[in-house]
Amino acid sequence: MDPETSIRPLLAIAVPALAALAVVLLNNREKLRDVVSPLAAIALFAIVASMAPTVLAGGTVDLRLFEILPGIDFAFRVDALGMVFATVSSLLWIVAAFYSIGYMRHLNEHAQTRFFACFATSLAAAVGGAFAANLFTLVIFYEVLSLVTYPLVYHHEDEEGWTGSRKYLVYLMGASKSVLLAALALTYHIAGSLDFVAGGLLARADASAALLTVVYFCYLFGFAKAAVMPVHAWLPAAMVAPTPVSALLHAVAVVKMGVFCVLRMLFHVFGVELVGKLGLGIATAYLVSFTILMASVYALTRDDLKARLAYSTVSQLSYVVLGVVLLSPVAMVGGIIHIAAHAFSKITLFFCAGSIYCASGKRNISDMAGIGRRLPWTMGAFFIASLSMIGVPPTAGFVSKWYLATGSVDAGHIAFLAVLLVSSILNAAYFLPVSYTAFFETETQESRTPVREIPMMTIPLVATAILSVLMGIFPGYFLALADGVVK
Amino acid sequence: MGFPLLSLIVFTPVAGAAVLMFLRRDDAVRWTALGVTILDLALCVAMLASFDTTTHEMQFTERRPWVPALGITYALGIDGISALFVFLTALLGWICVLASWAAIDRKVKEFMVSLLVMQALMLGVFCALDLFLFYVFWEAMLIPMYLIIGVWGGDGRVYAAFKFFLYTLAGSLLFLIGVIVLYFHGGETFDILALTAQDLPFQVQSWLFFAFLVAFAVKVPMVPVHTWLPDAHVQAPTAGSIILAGVLLKMGAYGFLRFSLPMLPQASVHYSTLMLALSALAIVYGGLLALAQDDLKKLVAYSSISHMGFVTLGIFALNLRGLEGGILQMFNHGVTTGALFLFVGLIYERTHTRSMAEYGGLMKAAPVYTAFLALFVLSAMALPGTNSFVGELLVLSGGFAADLAIGATAVLGALLGAAYLLGMYRKVALGPASVARFSIRDVNAREMAAILPLAAFVLWVGLYPKPFLDIIDASAKHLLMQVHGEGSGQ
Repeated sequence: MDPETSIRPLLAIAVPALAALAVVLLNNREKLRDVVSPLAAIALFAIVASMAPTVLAGGTVDLRLFEILPGIDFAFRVDALGMVFATVSSLLWIVAAFYSIGYMRHLNEHAQTRFFACFATSLAAAVGGAFAANLFTLVIFYEVLSLVTYPLVYHHEDEEGWTGSRKYLVYLMGASKSVLLAALALTYHIAGSLDFVAGGLLARADASAALLTVVYFCYLFGFAKAAVMPVHAWLPAAMVAPTPVSALLHAVAVVKMGVFCVLRMLFHVFGVELVGKLGLGIATAYLVSFTILMASVYALTRDDLKARLAYSTVSQLSYVVLGVVLLSPVAMVGGIIHIAAHAFSKITLFFCAGSIYCASGKRNISDMAGIGRRLPWTMGAFFIASLSMIGVPPTAGFVSKWYLATGSVDAGHIAFLAVLLVSSILNAAYFLPVSYTAFFETETQESRTPVREIPMMTIPLVATAILSVLMGIFPGYFLALADGVVK
Repeated sequence: MGFPLLSLIVFTPVAGAAVLMFLRRDDAVRWTALGVTILDLALCVAMLASFDTTTHEMQFTERRPWVPALGITYALGIDGISALFVFLTALLGWICVLASWAAIDRKVKEFMVSLLVMQALMLGVFCALDLFLFYVFWEAMLIPMYLIIGVWGGDGRVYAAFKFFLYTLAGSLLFLIGVIVLYFHGGETFDILALTAQDLPFQVQSWLFFAFLVAFAVKVPMVPVHTWLPDAHVQAPTAGSIILAGVLLKMGAYGFLRFSLPMLPQASVHYSTLMLALSALAIVYGGLLALAQDDLKKLVAYSSISHMGFVTLGIFALNLRGLEGGILQMFNHGVTTGALFLFVGLIYERTHTRSMAEYGGLMKAAPVYTAFLALFVLSAMALPGTNSFVGELLVLSGGFAADLAIGATAVLGALLGAAYLLGMYRKVALGPASVARFSIRDVNAREMAAILPLAAFVLWVGLYPKPFLDIIDASAKHLLMQVHGEGSGQ
């Protein structure tokens, strides 16, 4: 199918960007300001959805703006992989926009204008990255995303906030300005272009295997947002941010930008064939397996609920990479749809953590005894999302793990099937006790304060829990997109 | 020979300086200086607008006999290598006037005269096509710069000005010897284009290469002849720092481009590895020095050494990407570091300290200042989307093509850059507000007028560098052909 040229990719970036501007301009008119984000979120989703039919039919939506350097344009191309990321981010922004208002108002947070403006800009950056047609355009949005999420991480402006945000920036910028920069310069040197090419930009490059291997690992660790160990420590540090940020950005937009970039690199810079030929697939698979298991062990040891969720995210992101580097089509589909499956479930879990915090002021799991009876909806949603993280049918997590598991058999690497099984057991070991504590342990005396559901927060988290189940039952849309990437 | 546009550009500031002599009131002096520099900038814009990007030939050439007996002519002309720097000099000219508006409150007239004369001489250096004329402009620059640092500088100004003078003069003397050797080898002419065309024996080329290297390396400055720079910068008034970083440092790199590469091609190729190694050393060593500073101005000064290392790295990669990246990075460095010195000056005017330990939390007191500071800090660390990233990507790509190890070392320098720049921003702008004891006001309209054009160039070059690269392109290709011989202009 011929590429279709349209202004819509640019429009999708402009809507949240203009929303951020509107938020700033409406600084003094709180009610009006708070309406902007949900409206922009709905508009953004509509724009993204309008391009879905073209992409599902195997086409692309293109927009070429101008030439930056010879072989490098400022250009957008909406394809199946970008569509997965954009759909998930824009859909969940709608829910998160409502949730944020509830959260920020309930806690009477300071600097709300800055918060909502940066939040909206983050979405512009995420969508821009999803639709970027080459590495140059992609890294511009990648870096913008690092920058605009930085004020969201130091939001509380206390000691903890400054320390956490510093670590956040040091890791992300450090990786960008060292290995990622080297990877980009080397790619441009080798290929004379930074375009994404079906089958891989470097597939026919005239370069030694050693050099290509170096470039490959420079990308893998340069995209530190993917949090492959050892460049993962920024993610738990980012948990000092307000919970809506942890939910949408550090479980969906930012971290998915990371794995999205890694996938772009695998599919469209190196190409699956070259990765296999260089023997890098299995090497990476071992590397990310280590991350999967190690991060789960870390998660087990954390009593702070958000910290536990953060390490769980580190682990789950590597599932996505694992699926793709196994290089079997089935596993690749599993990896790609896990972007969506993990997003729906993990945002639910973070929403629950925020809801618990707002309703009761509690952050540590050990303090949450019996809270399920006070917050039945919240903890019910938490349980459903936990099941999805573990991979129990009929949730979204089951579908992606099924593809990952059969894919690893298909690829002939039973070792990774074992990794999936062990990590699922670990998932259960660190998620189910939370529900157990909440529902079956008796409340201690001092925690008998009035704890009630906050509708503005409960409704969004129930919605995302339902999405987690819906995707488990109707995974067709994401499966079709994933097939489009792999074919 | 048409309209003498270049002469007009070079001598407009001199005429302006003459007018200033007759003015009494300080404000009249300031406004006139501003008017003259804006007029000069307008002329440069007109020049760029009619610049032909398809040829490497010299354009807007003027040629008048001056001392025919010695073969000296008054010859001006520009090509793609010098055009951007003529523009950059004029752009920074009026920003220097704005930056000195309130900061210079004694001997205003004398200061503005020095500033305008300085601008004329710098423009002359970039336009000169006669080696003798070039040398006159080159040496004469020392005088106003010496005055700007030595009269209007900080407490250690005399020492700093003298050190600057001595270093540069020592380098210039070797350059002078080189010029004389060239003169007698080249058939007793000072015509730069004629001297470029001749074929010198390798032995002579080597000697000249090192004579020029000393002269230009002091200006750039390259490690180990960089030690005058932090002193000069710290003591110079803001406008002096902007000129130093924005234009004077470019003179050294320009010298490599105009003399070393085209006149001494075999020597340039032969010693390119040495030059690449020196560049990588400057990148890393300058970065480490910057990392260790508490004085804001010293930090920016040392960062210049690192950034200019990228420029010389690009030039001596001797391939098209490196060369174009190096030249573009010279322009970018002028814009970005000029802006950073402007910002250092702005905050010094308010707090009378440059120690970063005493700043903090400036974001609350001066949100506009810190927002633009963020932009220039990101530009200095070459974040994608800003001007320096384009240059850095080209330079590194060229550097990797020349030598993988050198490229990797340069990347280390880029990482150091991120470390000291982000650290600086954190100490100045973020954190608890320890600046509360200073009464900080945000930037005013005059200061915004100086900031905005520089900010515009950061994003323009960052997102749409094509017009700038188009100016460079033909001349860079031609230069490479001169270096590698005909038919190899890759």
